[in-house]
Amino acid sequence: MHNAYSDALDTVLRDCCTPAAVRAVERGDDHQPLWQALQDSGFADCLLPEDAGGAGLPLDELAPVLFTLGRHAVPLPLGQTLFARALLHAAGLAVPPEPIALASFDSGADTAPVPGGAQAAWFLVQEDTRCVLLPRAQAQASATGVHADLAVSLPRPARDGLPAFTLPAGALRQTGACLHAAQLAGAMSHVFEMTLQYANDRQQFGRAIGKFQAIQHQISIMAEHVTAARMAAQIACAAGGWRPDPLRAAIGKLNASEAVTPVAAIAHAVHGAIGITEEYDLQLYTRRLHAWRLADGSETYWGRVVGELVCGLAGPGVVDTVRGWSTDAA
Amino acid sequence: MTSLLSTFQLTALPPAAAAFRREVKAFLAEHLPELPPEKRARSWMGFNAGFSRALAGRGWVGITLPAQYGGAGLDPFSRFVLVEELLACGAPVSAHWIADRQSGPLILRYGSDEQKAFYLPRICKGEAFFCIGMSEPNSGSDLASVATRAVPEPDGGWRLNGRKIWTTNADRCHYMLALVRTSGNAEDRQRGLSQVIVDLSAPGVTVRPIHDMAGDAHFSEVSFEDVMLPAQALVGREGSGWEQVNAELAFERSGPERLYSSVVLLDTWIAALRRVPEARRDTVTIGRLVARLAVLRAMSLAVTARLAAGESPVVEAALVKDLGTEFEQSIPALAEAALGADPQLAADPGLYRTLAYVSQVAPSYSLRGGTREILRGMIARGLGLR
Repeated sequence: MHNAYSDALDTVLRDCCTPAAVRAVERGDDHQPLWQALQDSGFADCLLPEDAGGAGLPLDELAPVLFTLGRHAVPLPLGQTLFARALLHAAGLAVPPEPIALASFDSGADTAPVPGGAQAAWFLVQEDTRCVLLPRAQAQASATGVHADLAVSLPRPARDGLPAFTLPAGALRQTGACLHAAQLAGAMSHVFEMTLQYANDRQQFGRAIGKFQAIQHQISIMAEHVTAARMAAQIACAAGGWRPDPLRAAIGKLNASEAVTPVAAIAHAVHGAIGITEEYDLQLYTRRLHAWRLADGSETYWGRVVGELVCGLAGPGVVDTVRGWSTDAA
Repeated sequence: MTSLLSTFQLTALPPAAAAFRREVKAFLAEHLPELPPEKRARSWMGFNAGFSRALAGRGWVGITLPAQYGGAGLDPFSRFVLVEELLACGAPVSAHWIADRQSGPLILRYGSDEQKAFYLPRICKGEAFFCIGMSEPNSGSDLASVATRAVPEPDGGWRLNGRKIWTTNADRCHYMLALVRTSGNAEDRQRGLSQVIVDLSAPGVTVRPIHDMAGDAHFSEVSFEDVMLPAQALVGREGSGWEQVNAELAFERSGPERLYSSVVLLDTWIAALRRVPEARRDTVTIGRLVARLAVLRAMSLAVTARLAAGESPVVEAALVKDLGTEFEQSIPALAEAALGADPQLAADPGLYRTLAYVSQVAPSYSLRGGTREILRGMIARGLGLR
């Protein structure tokens, strides 16, 4: 999953978003240099129309960009910010230059975990059909208490006096689902490559552990799940413009989340004890896998959404239903 | 090394294939026999020669074969559509299934002009049903160990001796396309194997149907005792059977039939859920299955696009088959849990019978066409681990 845009981003990230830089941001070091580099790359504006200084990217061309963010375990909410900017611009509101996280209060809960919120200067918050842009100073966001976590816990905000606009109910969560599906596929692809490489390098019983059939089959299973997640990411990002299609975002996030448990488990099983150390890079990616599985709805959340829809239909068979959601010509 | 992962590109069915679907749906509305769900659940194991000939009447048996032989000359995308529609409604397609999917394309690719002129029109008319002779009593996953032997005769023909087993529909087919040893011996492994067409009405052929645990007899043991084959029974080159069989497996493993084996059960289950109170519907499980199907279908279509481009995506097909059969097997496993949890669901007789049938045959999904372990070995090789 790459195109000219993601190749350019990859070059930027190789330079400025090294594992050491990721660790530094997770430790709480100043993230401004990294954000400035990302800001300078222009990707935060890539969904904006060209006459607003953006690239007017459609979602399917954005997919490899999001995938690349996941591949590098980028510790700042660039994916969220680029969608937030497009939404703010479409609503005719001013676009701030700092990182923005996305928060949805659609479940009746009084606090929401906000992925990527730890370094966000703003929260774009949706409740029912109403969106507000909440500055961090007013947000009362608190740390989750999880080591090196990039999420924060956000209480339901008072909305008075904030810049506001309307979106269809659930749209922000669908957007988050879409971007996390693609980022999951990217992170999983990197985890897979690390695992394959390790299996070829690590010697035990006088040969590479990848020569043992038990390991080979585990890695084959991993390849299957990662391939499915990559297809899920493409489905999540299949849409006419830059706004995700609600059902395809659901299907994509569900399947990408579904792959997390086997992929992370096999990666760690193959790596052995070194894989769970701080010094080895695998943890940078597998911690993301678990965080992003939860982010904007796990497979259980989206399973309920899809299942209620299917059970509420009058009667077409599942094959016709699934085909109706696909990108096939009518 | 990891290029395997990047070959799966989201592919939309082209407009022509999408338009073809309307024709298929119209045909099925008229010709699909009225069958209860537990019969429809047999689908590509359900034998109905009349239905197959009605399909043949539309040119849809040998759908990818050229028009000069009576085929529809359609591309793999159209075949995907036809297969998808047939399986979605549980049409009894087993009579012509193998000839359409494998034997016809194989004869077209490797057969002589004489073989093509003889077999292909018969396949397209639904008059020549084929079975595949690969497994033997002592040769399962280790296919290169086949011991059935065709010995050259002075007249250029072959004398065939040996046994094949688990041969689907051998008792109802006209021909077997068999993998046999024509030269060398067991130590030569893949070398010296060839594919031959055996007329199953020939003297010396004995077919003994085998009953399965669901009460059906869809497969057989086939014995050959001094069966005399003409010279033109050999398909392709002598000794090239192994590579020919492997090319055939890309067709066998990649299609929607590796996703839809238990789709009739899923539809029957959902229909029953629609009749129970909303609060008792396990919508999470249904949603996960349906969304899973959406991704697997997209993966199967991505492999179809490679076939349409003239490639032979053998490893990709293995990957989709392993994931697909896992999905197919998860449906009865989850439905069994659901029916056991809700007496009202279990009281639906059609659902109950369909579930029992699918649960019983589901182990075969990951045996036929290559076991899980064989497929995972192929994927590992594709990743450079072997």
